[in-house]
Amino acid sequence: MRRAFLIAVPYVWLLALFLVPFFIVLKISLSDIALAIPPYTPTLDFSQGWSGIKDFFSQLDLENYVWLTEDDLYWKAYLSSVKIALISTFLTLLVGYPIAYGMARAPAEWRPTLMMLVILPFWTSFLIRVYAWMGILSNEGYLNQLLLWTGLISTPLTILNTNTAVYIGIVYTYLPFMILPIYSALERMDESLIEAAEDLGCSRVQAFWLVTIPLSRPGIIAGCFLVMIPVIGEFVIPSLLGGSGTLMIGKVLWEEFFSNRDWPVASAVAVVLLLILVIPIVLFQRNQQKQTEAEQ
Amino acid sequence: MNRLSWFNAVSLTLGFAFLYIPMIILIIFSFNESKLVTVWAGFSTKWYGELVQNEAFLDAAWVTIRVAVFSSTLATILGTAAAYVLVRGGRFFGRTLFSGMIYAPLVMPEVITGLSLLLLFIGIGLDRGILTIVLAHTTFSMCFVSVVVSSRLVTFDQSLEEAALDLGCSPAQAFRLVTLPIIAPAVISGWLLAFTLSLDDLVIASFTSGPSATTLPIKIFSAVRLGVSPEINALSTLMIAVVTVGVITASLVTKRAMMRQKQDEMAAARAE
Repeated sequence: MRRAFLIAVPYVWLLALFLVPFFIVLKISLSDIALAIPPYTPTLDFSQGWSGIKDFFSQLDLENYVWLTEDDLYWKAYLSSVKIALISTFLTLLVGYPIAYGMARAPAEWRPTLMMLVILPFWTSFLIRVYAWMGILSNEGYLNQLLLWTGLISTPLTILNTNTAVYIGIVYTYLPFMILPIYSALERMDESLIEAAEDLGCSRVQAFWLVTIPLSRPGIIAGCFLVMIPVIGEFVIPSLLGGSGTLMIGKVLWEEFFSNRDWPVASAVAVVLLLILVIPIVLFQRNQQKQTEAEQ
Repeated sequence: MNRLSWFNAVSLTLGFAFLYIPMIILIIFSFNESKLVTVWAGFSTKWYGELVQNEAFLDAAWVTIRVAVFSSTLATILGTAAAYVLVRGGRFFGRTLFSGMIYAPLVMPEVITGLSLLLLFIGIGLDRGILTIVLAHTTFSMCFVSVVVSSRLVTFDQSLEEAALDLGCSPAQAFRLVTLPIIAPAVISGWLLAFTLSLDDLVIASFTSGPSATTLPIKIFSAVRLGVSPEINALSTLMIAVVTVGVITASLVTKRAMMRQKQDEMAAARAE
């Protein structure tokens, strides 16, 4: 009895506030926009009994999805989100790997402190961390002041409100997600393997490519997915650091909903975004499962 | 062995400089006299003074704190129950669906979570306000709590619970007297995680809040869209300070608790 209660409470909560809302999105994505409250049609009317329900289903169609393929704004936004996510994941890996490597090779008594230093920014507000870059990258910002002062440039660079700023913002905010899994893979590595490789005639660089990188691969893969999956749907970074040329699907969905008040199209955008995300999520889960099996 | 090589020292220094310099600049310029944020004009704490008098920010902060306290507490209770059910519950109808619903919100884009919850609230005619934000935050943060707690539940020795049951505890007593004290550090860090997730959240709160309840991130976001302002710098500095103190205290407390637990275990081993 008690057990049933313990299962039922979180179960029902998630059904009501996670699964049901998802089906509502799916349903509204098949509806039409209307000048009404709520601004879509049809709405389910049980008072008319069976014919009301039949009527309801006959009015649902795939019109909004057809619209998504016809207007090139949407598929361009999907493509550019995926492109930005892939490039920024790669950049985060380039920046994050040396840090994780340095941490794993640091004296053991330093490591908890270094871990703490990586985790601390993760706890501070995401919004504030993105905002911090607005002051740095703007035309009269600190970076341009520094570059002008050193004489490297003579006119300020335009970085804020471009894709470059978006990449910088993503690498900065998602760096801990990349560092931590790579660090935990590298920390477990047996360093005598490197010595063995060097004894067998590898140079240090060869040993790194042939031994260290393959052994840290699970960490690299986990880190890349942890960065890429949320970045595809990112909203805050493109809207604060990006410009009018930065096309990302999270921002399109937001504007479709809040500015155009087109709920059916916003819902269709959400459903397609989820379908795109299913692929990396399934791959990620398979990687994690392989990981746990390998450890057992 | 294990001396820091030249390459590693450089990559650590550059890496941590990259992580911390933006925030340090933000903090320094919150003490700037000038309204122009990018020009230094002398030390002043006047922006903090203005912040304290800005009622819109204070109201939003109060809403945010209430939402965070309620939602993280609810999320901790639900998330711990969910973790317990997943790890110890055995088989039950729809278990796969249940674990799927625990993990899916972790990777769900915030815009989708926000949109779907808003459409639900409108569908059932619930007025948007503090209650709807609490419901939304509880839903996604309970999944984070449950992941944190279940990783602790998996690693601890189940025979301790069985011993308590053999010695005449009811299942509820065994949970309260044995399981809960052992998983307490994970439950506390789960609560902290849920609390900061709620404090931080902009996207889901924007979808699920109404005109009657504006949270601090929503307020900051609309101010920041217009550009950098010294007042926001001051506010950010305060938030960074609170989080830093909180995280360091929490890590010291859990470290102490873990050390005490280890000592207890060693003492128990000696007594045998």
